[in-house]
Amino acid sequence: MLAVDRLGVRAGELDLVTEVSFTVSAGERVGLIGESGSGKSLTATALLGLLPEELTASGSVRVAGVEHELVGAPERLLTKLRGSRLAMVFQEPMTALNPAMRVIDQVAEAREVHHPGRDRVLVEADALRLLEQVRLPEVATLARAYPHQLSGGQRQRVLLAMALANDPDVLVCDEPTTALDVTVQAQLLELILAGVAERGAALLFITHDLAVVATVCERVLVMYGGRVVEAGPVREVLTEPRHHYTRGLLDASDLESTDEHGRLHAIPGTVPAAGEFPSGCVFRTRCGRADEQCADLPPWTGVPDHGHACWHPVGGDS
Amino acid sequence: MIVLRRAVILLVTTAVASLVVFALLAVLPGDPAQVALGVNATPELLAKARHEFGTDRPLPVQYADWLGGLLSGDLGRSYVTGEPIAPRLLDRFEVTLWLVGTAMVIAALVAVPLGAFAAVRHRRTSGVLVSAASQLGAAVPGFLAGILLVEVFAVHLRLLPSGGWTPPNADFGAFLRGLVLPALSLGLVQAAVLTRYVRSAVLDVLRADYLRTARAKGLGPVRALVRHGLRNAAVPVVTVLGLQLATLLVGAVIIERVFVVPGLGSLLLDAVGTRDLVVVQDVVMLLVVAVLLVNFLVDVLYAVLDPKLRRA
Amino acid sequence: MRSLVLGGALVGLIVLAALLSFLWTPYDPTLVDAALRLRGVDWAHWLGTDRFGRDVASQLMVGARTTLYVGLVAVGVAALVGTPLGLLAASGPRWLGELVARVNDLVLAFPALLLAIMLGAGFGASTGTAMIAIGVATVPSFARVARAAAMQVLTTEYVLAARSAGRRPLAISVRHVLPNVAGLLIVQSSVSFGIAVLAEAALSFLGLGTQPPTPSWGRMLQESQELLAVQPRLVVVPGVAIALAVLGFSLLGDGLRDRLDPRLKGVGDAGR
Repeated sequence: MLAVDRLGVRAGELDLVTEVSFTVSAGERVGLIGESGSGKSLTATALLGLLPEELTASGSVRVAGVEHELVGAPERLLTKLRGSRLAMVFQEPMTALNPAMRVIDQVAEAREVHHPGRDRVLVEADALRLLEQVRLPEVATLARAYPHQLSGGQRQRVLLAMALANDPDVLVCDEPTTALDVTVQAQLLELILAGVAERGAALLFITHDLAVVATVCERVLVMYGGRVVEAGPVREVLTEPRHHYTRGLLDASDLESTDEHGRLHAIPGTVPAAGEFPSGCVFRTRCGRADEQCADLPPWTGVPDHGHACWHPVGGDS
Repeated sequence: MIVLRRAVILLVTTAVASLVVFALLAVLPGDPAQVALGVNATPELLAKARHEFGTDRPLPVQYADWLGGLLSGDLGRSYVTGEPIAPRLLDRFEVTLWLVGTAMVIAALVAVPLGAFAAVRHRRTSGVLVSAASQLGAAVPGFLAGILLVEVFAVHLRLLPSGGWTPPNADFGAFLRGLVLPALSLGLVQAAVLTRYVRSAVLDVLRADYLRTARAKGLGPVRALVRHGLRNAAVPVVTVLGLQLATLLVGAVIIERVFVVPGLGSLLLDAVGTRDLVVVQDVVMLLVVAVLLVNFLVDVLYAVLDPKLRRA
Repeated sequence: MRSLVLGGALVGLIVLAALLSFLWTPYDPTLVDAALRLRGVDWAHWLGTDRFGRDVASQLMVGARTTLYVGLVAVGVAALVGTPLGLLAASGPRWLGELVARVNDLVLAFPALLLAIMLGAGFGASTGTAMIAIGVATVPSFARVARAAAMQVLTTEYVLAARSAGRRPLAISVRHVLPNVAGLLIVQSSVSFGIAVLAEAALSFLGLGTQPPTPSWGRMLQESQELLAVQPRLVVVPGVAIALAVLGFSLLGDGLRDRLDPRLKGVGDAGR
C-alpha cells in the first residue's frame, strides 16, 4: 500500500533523514520507534509532503493506485491525496486544531474538501457520525464547542475523526498518545486500531514508547540518527534485538533489570544534535561494542523489512 | 460579561482622564483673563473678565461646571473669540474623521496584502524586499512624507491641491482631490508600520500546527491560509489597527498643519498659539475620549474574534 | 545579524556625530550671516547653508545631540518609572497588577503630542517639556514589557524554588527577575528610542519642542519646507537624518531581539 525507498530529508547541506526504506501493506500495522531527534517525525511529515519550506526531501514514496511518485510531486496532486488516500494524526493535541473554529466544522471540512458540492446538511451528518465513531462524549454539545473547551484526549479524538473522515488507505500517527494520561492513551489506541481495521488501512505508528509499539504494531522499524538501524516483526525485534541501539532502548525501558551497580540501565551519552552524528555507524559514539570497523558505514543485513545495520550484531552473526 | 466589564472600566478611565486634563491645565501658570486682555488691562477689567470666564471660582466648582457642560454638550465659550466652542469643535472633528478614516482604509488596503505577501514569501527576495521597504517606510515621519507628496503631486505634476479643504457637500470632486494627499501621507506611513505587524502575524499562523493539520486534510496552501489562517492572524492585527487609530488621530494634528486642513489639530494648535486654554482643554478631552473609545471597541472586537475570551 | 550590524552602525554614526559636535563643528551652527544665505554644497559648506546663512552640516551635528539628548532622557524616565511598575504588577498582589494595568490604559490615552501641547500651553514649549511628554507617554510600553517578561520568569522552576525557600516576592523580583528581563528591556529601550526620535522631530516641527536657536532636525525641516522646490537639500538632509536615526534604532532593537530570543534562531540557521 505504501512503499518508501531511500527517503532522505535535508536542511541545506545537512542530512536529517538518510536512506529510509520500508513498505506497509493494506491492513498492516508498522511502528517507527526511536528517541527524540532520531528523525521519526520528519520521516512522517515527508511522506505527506508537508515538510517546512526550508527542508527538502529526496528518494521515493509511492502509494498503491497512484501513478505518480510522491516525492517532488506537484502540489495539486499531493493536495488531492492528503486527507483522502493518506491521512495523518499529529502529536500536539493542544495546538493541532484551529482555535477559532468549532470542532464539527473542522471535521466537516475534512469531508467537504474531498466531496465538493456535497450537501452541507449531509456533510454535517457525516461529521457527527465520525465524532460518534471516535466516541467523543456528549457529542451533541461538544461538537459545537471550540477546541479550548475540550480535554487533550477529546481533541485527539477529533483529530482522529478528521484523519479517518475519507477512509484513507494509509494512516500515519505521529506520537498521538504521548501527551495523554495512560488510561486515555489506551482508549485512543483502541480507537485507532478499530479505525484502521474497519477500513483495511495501512498504519504507520510513530512513538518512542516500546510498550505502545508492542500492543499496536506487527512490525517495527528502529530509527537512530536519521537512519533505520533495525527492522523486523515486533516480537522478534523486542525480544531478540540485533542492533545495540535497540538493545539499549529495551534495557532502558526495563524497570526490572539493573546493571552490576544496581542502577537502571541507560544508553550512555545523549542524542547528538542534528548534523553532529558520527560518520560510519551513527550509533558508534554511544555504543559499548564500537571499534575501528564501525567508522565505516555498516551495510544492511537481511531483507528491507527485516534486518539490521551493524558490524557486530547482538548475538553474533548468524 | 467581558463587554460590561470593559464598559465600566471605560467610564472610570474617562472620568479620571477628565480630571487629569482639567488639573494639568488648571495648575499650569497663565491667567486666561490676562492673556485675553493683554498686559495693559486694568485690575477692574481683569476681575470682570475672570468673573465672565468663571476662573475666579474655586477649582472644584470650575471642574464640576466643565464636566457638567461636557455631559450636556455645552463646552463653554472661547476665551479669545467668546463664541461657543461645541459647534466649531464638531465641524473640525468631522474634517479630522474624514482624514483619519481615509488614512486607515489606505493603510489597511496596502498593509494586509503586502504583509501577507511578505510572510508567505519570507524566504524569497521579493518577501525580504517588501519587509525591508516597510521597515524603511516606518522610519519616515508623516510630515516629511506630506512635504514630499506635495512637492511631487502638487508642485511638479500639478495634479492635486497642495492644501486647503473643501467640505464634501460643497463640491465633492474638490473634496476628494483635497483629501488625497493628506490622507496618503498619513495612511502610507501607517501602512508601513502595519505591514510589519501583518507579516509577523501571518508568519506565526503559517508556522502553526493547525495550519499543518488543515494541509493534511487536503486543503491547498492558499485555501488553508485563507480559511484557517486569516481569522487567527486577525486577532493581533485588529489590536494594532485599533492602537494605530489613536496614533492616526494624533498624527492628523501634524498633517493638518502641513496641509492647512481645518480639522481638530489646527484648532488645537491655534488655540495653543492664542493661549485659549478652554479650547485646548476641550479638544484634548475629545481626543482622549476618542482614543479610549477606540481601545474599548478593540477589546470588544477581540472578544468576538477569539472564542477563548468570549466567556472569560 | 544583519539588522544588528546595520542598526548598530547607524546608531554609532549618529552618536559619533553628536559627540564630535561637543569638540568641533565646521562652523557655529547658530551663526546667522545674510551674505551666506542659501549657499549650495561646496568645499566650505559640505551641505550648504540655510536661508539664514547657517551651516547645515554643523546644524545637523548639533541636531544629533538634541535628538539623542531628548531620546536618552525620555527613554530613561520611561524605563525608570515603567520597569518597577511592571515588576510590581507581576509580583505584587492582584489588585496592584490590575491598578497598574488601568493606569497604563489611562496614560496610553495621552499620546506624547497631547502631553507636549498641554505642558507647552502652560510652561511654554521647550526641550524639557518635549522630553517629559515623550517620557511619560513611553512609560506604558516599559511597564507592559517588564510585566509580561516578569510573569514568564516568575513561573520558571528556579523562581518557584526561591519561593518555596521562603524568599519574599520583591526580593525575588530584584534578584531573579530583573536580571532575566534586562535583555528584553534593552530591546524595548532601543525600539522606544526610535519612536522617541520620531516624536521629538514631530514636536520640533510643530514648534512644540526645542526652541531656536538650538538646532534640531524637526525644526530644520519646518524652517525650510517652503524651499523644497528651490533647495530640496534643505528638506532632504534633515529628513534623511531623522529617517536613518529611527531606522537605526528599530533595526538595532530587532537585531538585539533576535540575539536574545532563542526561539527565532535555529530553523533559519540550519542551512548555514
